[in-house]
Amino acid sequence: MSRFPDLASGSRPVGVVSFAQYDNVRREDARNEVEMLMPVVAEVFGNIGITKDDVGFICSGSTDYLVGGPFSFVAALDAVGVWPPRAESHVEMDGAWALYEAWVLLQEGEIDAALVYAFGRSSMGDLSEVLSLQLDPYYLAPLWPDPTSLAALQAQAMIDKGAAGEADFAAIASRSRRSALANPKAQVAYDRSPEELLAEDYEVAPLRRHALPPLSDGCAAIVLAAGDRAYEWCERPAFITGIDHRIETHALGARDLTVSPSARLAGERAGVGAKKVDMAELHAPYAHQEMILVDALGLTEDVDLNPSGGALAANPMMSAGLIRIGESAQRIWSGQADRAVAHATSGPCLQQNLVCVLEGV
Amino acid sequence: MSEREPVTMMAAPMHLDFVFTAGVAMSKNLHGYEQGKFIGQRCPKCKKVYIPSRGSCPTDGVPTDEIVELPNTGTVTTYCVVNVPFAGQSIEIPYICALILLDGANLSFMGLIQEIPTDEIRMGMRVEAVWVEPEELGPTLASVKYFRPTGEPDADYETYKEYL
Repeated sequence: MSRFPDLASGSRPVGVVSFAQYDNVRREDARNEVEMLMPVVAEVFGNIGITKDDVGFICSGSTDYLVGGPFSFVAALDAVGVWPPRAESHVEMDGAWALYEAWVLLQEGEIDAALVYAFGRSSMGDLSEVLSLQLDPYYLAPLWPDPTSLAALQAQAMIDKGAAGEADFAAIASRSRRSALANPKAQVAYDRSPEELLAEDYEVAPLRRHALPPLSDGCAAIVLAAGDRAYEWCERPAFITGIDHRIETHALGARDLTVSPSARLAGERAGVGAKKVDMAELHAPYAHQEMILVDALGLTEDVDLNPSGGALAANPMMSAGLIRIGESAQRIWSGQADRAVAHATSGPCLQQNLVCVLEGV
Repeated sequence: MSEREPVTMMAAPMHLDFVFTAGVAMSKNLHGYEQGKFIGQRCPKCKKVYIPSRGSCPTDGVPTDEIVELPNTGTVTTYCVVNVPFAGQSIEIPYICALILLDGANLSFMGLIQEIPTDEIRMGMRVEAVWVEPEELGPTLASVKYFRPTGEPDADYETYKEYL
């Protein structure tokens, strides 16, 4: 039997071999970004006994809009120490997209390992205002619509269509926060019944507090390794057998918000349905979005959904998607799962979606 | 449909407020200015002293945990004489803006040079910090009023050529 999973012809096996994340908190006001990243980078290398000299490429995901200053990703490199100079790149995206770039480079075969990290702090500014600036600058951004109001329109559209009810949202939040009790990095975890959650007031109808993600400061890092190198560093690497990302129009009014054609297409291209899926980590910041994603990815009822608690447990901007990949990989290393689907999203109402299928052998 | 001119331009004013987190290391540096002291940090691997430190050694990527108090004296590595007025200028032109390498430091920072005619500034000039009055000291580099020449012989180029 091959040591590597079946891959598309010509593809190189690339696996997630190490993962670390910060203790997600509401507000990290003592450490700066570099001081937050340093222990995480040290841990992601330390877990597998390597140093920065063992990776041929570094790629990060972050956005200056959260920091309120230019080129914050350059300063963040101080957490790695890039001397002698090395190949490095950055995406103004969640770290899951940085991982995608590193995966592409690893496919080319010039390097055997890459470090991917992401950081973001929601606490430095007003996150609702910051996120409204990612909207279309002519028709939407001048109205400053906050992400929760846009998500509420999406949830209401689901209710109007008869696709979901408020009790469904509460059930998802209840299950996610209960799962989060076993996640030491979770920011919000509790054991409360859906009935109890439904007694909460609306934040923006039809969304109550439980259906919203927490505001989180955090960061995360992953090491990718190709071929035999993956086995040198990890007993059972979580190999990427498919990864794809797709985007929908920025015009919210032109979308059917109750479905996600971009997630569906990315899932098909990543080969989600090719074999049985044991677990999925879905980046659904708002509870109802999990239902849209489950439908788009064709996940069946026996799939273990968001065992970490997902983005409802902690939603550090720019790393919450990368963390979904890390949480999935951890469960493949431990043998809890053989095949996992990790998902990351970006933009309002699931505008852009990345799907990564991971397999252990 | 009314006969209106097409819209060719729109203004969408935006303003965001942020709370800056200096970080553990830089907070130590800033609190040093409250006491009229230059506080830097040393890398445990390459032994370089950074002032200010952002908490890590940018070369080695490790925490710069060792606190180092640096002296009041240093060397001008390079400089610029500002002759151009600009909005918000608080100092009368012409004035000298210089990069100053404190003795024992491995990172220079920008400072104002005064008590010297602008045409006498030069690379290698030895300078010392002049602090504001004790009651005006605060957690800001503005606690250093300016640097002025010490009158010592100029530093040897070899001592600061790595910092240009």
